[in-house]
Amino acid sequence: MIAELGLAALWLAAALAALQLIAGALSQRDESGELASLARPAAIMQGLLAGFAFIMLLWLFAVTDLSVKLVADNSHSAKPMIFKLAGTWGNHEGSMLLWVTVMALAGSLIALLERRLPERTMQATLAAQAFVGLGFYAFLLLSSNPFERLPEPALEGAGLNPLLQDIGLAFHPPTLYFGYVGLSVAFSFAVGALLTGRVGPDFARAMRPWVLGAWIFLTLGITAGSYWAYYELGWGGWWFWDPVENASLMPWLAATALLHSVSVLAARDALRAWTIMLGVVAFSMSMLGTFLVRSGILTSVHAFAVDPERGTFILALLILYVGGALLLFGLKAGSVAEGERFSVTSREGALVFNNVMLSAILGIVLLGTLYPLLTEAFDVRVSVGPPYFNPVGAIFTIPMLIVMAIGPLLRWKGDSIRRIKLPLAIVAAIMAAALLLVIVMGDYSILAMLGLAIAIGLAVGSFMPLRGRNLRRVPIATWGMVVAHFGLAVALFGMASESAFSEERLAAVEIGQSAQVGPWTVTLDQVKPVAGPNWTAIQGDLSAKYEGGETAILKPQTRNFWAPEQETTESTLATRWNGQLYAVIGNEAGQGRWQLRLWWKPFVTFIWYGGILVALGGLLALIGRLRGDLKRRHAKARLEEQARYRDEEAPV
Amino acid sequence: MTRAVIIAIACLLGLASIASAQQSLPPAPLAYEQLQDPAQEAAAQDLMQTLRCLKCQSQSIADSDAPMAGDMRHQVRSRIAAGEEPEAIRAWLVERYGDYVSYAPTVSETTWPLFAIPLMLLVIALFVLRGRFRREAK
Repeated sequence: MIAELGLAALWLAAALAALQLIAGALSQRDESGELASLARPAAIMQGLLAGFAFIMLLWLFAVTDLSVKLVADNSHSAKPMIFKLAGTWGNHEGSMLLWVTVMALAGSLIALLERRLPERTMQATLAAQAFVGLGFYAFLLLSSNPFERLPEPALEGAGLNPLLQDIGLAFHPPTLYFGYVGLSVAFSFAVGALLTGRVGPDFARAMRPWVLGAWIFLTLGITAGSYWAYYELGWGGWWFWDPVENASLMPWLAATALLHSVSVLAARDALRAWTIMLGVVAFSMSMLGTFLVRSGILTSVHAFAVDPERGTFILALLILYVGGALLLFGLKAGSVAEGERFSVTSREGALVFNNVMLSAILGIVLLGTLYPLLTEAFDVRVSVGPPYFNPVGAIFTIPMLIVMAIGPLLRWKGDSIRRIKLPLAIVAAIMAAALLLVIVMGDYSILAMLGLAIAIGLAVGSFMPLRGRNLRRVPIATWGMVVAHFGLAVALFGMASESAFSEERLAAVEIGQSAQVGPWTVTLDQVKPVAGPNWTAIQGDLSAKYEGGETAILKPQTRNFWAPEQETTESTLATRWNGQLYAVIGNEAGQGRWQLRLWWKPFVTFIWYGGILVALGGLLALIGRLRGDLKRRHAKARLEEQARYRDEEAPV
Repeated sequence: MTRAVIIAIACLLGLASIASAQQSLPPAPLAYEQLQDPAQEAAAQDLMQTLRCLKCQSQSIADSDAPMAGDMRHQVRSRIAAGEEPEAIRAWLVERYGDYVSYAPTVSETTWPLFAIPLMLLVIALFVLRGRFRREAK
């Protein structure tokens, strides 16, 4: 019964999306028509119904209803409740339902709250939102029905892959989906504004919170994913330029560019067509990411959908939306005026530079990710990895970071370098000094040395906009920018430091013997077997002494899971403010010796602290903007009231 | 990323059949042992990070527990120790396993767009910026 209720709600939601599309589209011709008033209620109901369907699926997983195919295939009655619930989106159908639900709820929110835009633009936006939604409803209902019943209930569920039973993985898909879906809303706004040709500051203010929100979630998702790979893989790498990683990085790059151009549009009514274009590109990257990870084109744990029909379906949606939007852009872009003008040395000028560089970086990541897939279709296998992405990306990243350190100091519209020459000189001097210092310190790779110097200069530069201001009166959004830019400097410092200063030690030691890595002396105290609920392990007890000072106890393991049979290495970390000791125990090396893999990674944690700071900066900006919007709304309401009051007072 | 983890594990187990034969042999001596000379070890490390573990996906041989990655690390270290140039070792591996083994694509008939397109992007970027700002300056 529960499953049937869910399915019915899903069909109804799809029907309402169709109604929303028709109402929104017809109202473009006849604004006063009765249909026009239907789009908003349809969007709100659609969100509620999709939410209801998702709750029904959660319910089925919570009670482990084994007559439902999805539950029987992916769950187990003896699983802890949190993983039963998280298992709802730990599979293809459930994760697509989550996507649709988040998207429908986002549509409800804009239908309910967004009143700044001209009604016609809103109608077009809701129609675009419904159009995107319909594709996903069709995908779910026609080829991935999550509520399908089994002819006969299963006796017991097949269980969830033990690797997916991790608290991080319970939150990983929703985090990225919030990011992807936030960009779909930005896309709908862009299409709506493109259809009506009404692109201006109001449009930018309506779109901005969605871009910011999406960007915060993507930032957190990427940061968490990177840390997870770092400690789980057992070799200390934190970024592999793996296609799945790139699939989340590309929307982030596009969203970062969009975030900055939408700010220019909101503040200065400039960069209109460019902002619309980026809105289209950002969502395209989300769709591409979904396609890459979900179509089975990459063999991966993300590719639940190995069924080629499903991959084709997503590819068709990708082509339809992206192609359609680009066509629309091509037809309509001419009607969108370019907006206000500005000079090279202005805030806008710096932001345009940032946008062009980000787009180029995005182009390179896209190329490096898709090119091997493309050549594979012609039976030529090539690998594109760090030796390609790092230097080629740096061509655009380095100028961008340098401009980023000084851009926020420039005034809008027009400014002169002479006005900011003091902070400019300070930042340049610090960068030069830092560069000189690392060159003297040792023989490191050029990119690492430049990274360290730029990180230090950028860290100082990011606080320059606060110079000479009363800190209590600095707007929250400005704090957001400062924190996010500083966070990027921190992350960059961590990356460069890890690359330049990491020390590795592979050693085969007997019990009681020590190995040296960086400032640490690591002693193998004992090796013993230990057992967990579904694994046995060899555990090495290590005591690590930092330069004769404090001692840390580390207990790395090699685990053997028995159902299904898997061997994993559980690395352990000793974290200090200035870096991490990373320890792994390997196999027995004969003559009573054990393999130890040890790394000392100075300041490696800064990578993820930086990522969190960047997200925090985004959050501050979001809070600041929303508060500003609310104030503006109150002021407008007060003005209207005063006007009405005057009208009543005035003699006829 | 999750995937990288799974693949790492798959590397260990997916190979169970081959591995069971291989694991009965001890790993090659230099698979888990560093070279004495730090400069040589650093050169080997730099090279290993740019070679693909053929049994895994998206991992270098410096990041993998797969027996084959271990064998390749042994090859790299012993050849570096014998005084071979890193690029010569790469060429030898490419000859044996194909372009796929190297993460550093070189310009060839099949890979030239990887280098031409970034150049094009650079030119386009400069062009866009120049166009934009020259018009404003007027």
